[in-house]
Amino acid sequence: MNATATQGLRHLPLDGLHRSLGARMGPFAGWDMPLHYGDGVIAEHEQTRSAASLFDVSHMGQVILRPHHGMERLRAAMEGLTPADLCGLPEGRQRYALLTDDAGGILDDLMITARPDHLFLVVNAATRNADIAHLSDALPGADIEEITDRALFALQGPQSAAALSALLPGIEAMRFMDAASFRWHDCEIWVSRSGYTGEDGFEISVPLAAAESLALALLSQPGVKPAGLAARDSLRLEAGLCLYGQDIDRSTSPVEAALEWSIGRSRRAGGPRHGGFPGADRILRQLEIGPRRRRVGLRPEGRQPMRAGTPVLAEAGPIGRVTSGGFGPTLGAPIAMAYVDIAFASPGTRLTGEVRGKTLPATVCSLPFVPPSFKR
Amino acid sequence: MKFTEDHEWLRPEGENVIVVGITEHAAKELGDIVFVELPEVEAMVAAGDEVVVIESVKAASDILAPVDGEIVEVNQKLTENPGLINEDPLGAGWFFKIRVDDLAVLDGFMDEDEYQDMIA
Repeated sequence: MNATATQGLRHLPLDGLHRSLGARMGPFAGWDMPLHYGDGVIAEHEQTRSAASLFDVSHMGQVILRPHHGMERLRAAMEGLTPADLCGLPEGRQRYALLTDDAGGILDDLMITARPDHLFLVVNAATRNADIAHLSDALPGADIEEITDRALFALQGPQSAAALSALLPGIEAMRFMDAASFRWHDCEIWVSRSGYTGEDGFEISVPLAAAESLALALLSQPGVKPAGLAARDSLRLEAGLCLYGQDIDRSTSPVEAALEWSIGRSRRAGGPRHGGFPGADRILRQLEIGPRRRRVGLRPEGRQPMRAGTPVLAEAGPIGRVTSGGFGPTLGAPIAMAYVDIAFASPGTRLTGEVRGKTLPATVCSLPFVPPSFKR
Repeated sequence: MKFTEDHEWLRPEGENVIVVGITEHAAKELGDIVFVELPEVEAMVAAGDEVVVIESVKAASDILAPVDGEIVEVNQKLTENPGLINEDPLGAGWFFKIRVDDLAVLDGFMDEDEYQDMIA
């Protein structure tokens, strides 16, 4: 059964290590990924909140944009693709950004790091090819290099700084969204203090030749265990973070998605570089007058999860839809994110979700469900 | 104890009563269970009816009534603590007890060796 289900999937560079650690594998975005290990999803989730977990996220795309005519022109050109403030992004800092389309929809969400002579991007696995084609078309003044000789790990949780500093002294001085390079056993490790769980943690790009030894070295640190994609999903849901293709896509705008914090002040009306990104008219107008619908948190009553696709109703009828939903282990209760009509988006609004033919009550709440523990 | 192709176990208990749960294999496949909806006591059910809804961290699944009968007891502890199914699927994680006309209905199900062969 697994043989046919996994045909055509790409394998992580450390596939063998995951299997030897007891991973249960499953498909995601064309990759055969570790979903969880022996202890199960909830244990891995709690491990991440209380100690530290190592996630292999090498399915994500690592891309370098190297300018022909200097960094300033590259930053400005890249601002033509995203509403993020990239001209103002200091060297050694990382920023969350959205690639938008002409209708104001979202092509991808990604992390952009400013380095002395290039921009380093981490993009979603499912969108990497489309992103690279889009960047190639739009940035004739840059070389676009997909990094295929590096693995990418996320070390997440309150004990991750202690664990990583045992290997890479100096990382403890980094703040949330700092990015820096370190030497480890004669290779260059790219580290950013960031992640997708709401916890303090690091994303670590390592040459393939050293990837397994780095993973094993991290797993031998006190408090560190491996965790899979399923816990990563429940962690990011509790942290109120979007999954591209599920919570955001070309049919959702940054303002509808409640991601307007990623639109730089300098890119907004009245700013020095206002507009100039795809869909700017619609997006800036939504910033001004508000969107018609909005991504919100939902707390279902009782214990039954409301999963993606669940219709959300007010008394008058359907007013939205759940885009991510499941069980939040930290809250010990079901949680969901939904797009709802703006009239029903205020925290405290009582709505219902239609689950398997039954109408169950749920209350709109603000995001995130679990406050972040970043080291700012 | 007998087993169904849907990974339920059936254990006769007392007069014409069968206790129903899911196997360790099924509990492991489902992953951490976070919600259980049990049938009403005294409900009359037919084999194949959806009688229990289980939600794990991964997905929702149905448990089907393995035989015709009357639900005579449900394991209320599961409502508050669905994790019992993962911890002790063959014991404290039982779902419901069903009264049948004749325990001979159990003859049509797999014994443990046959079930182990099926999941091997």
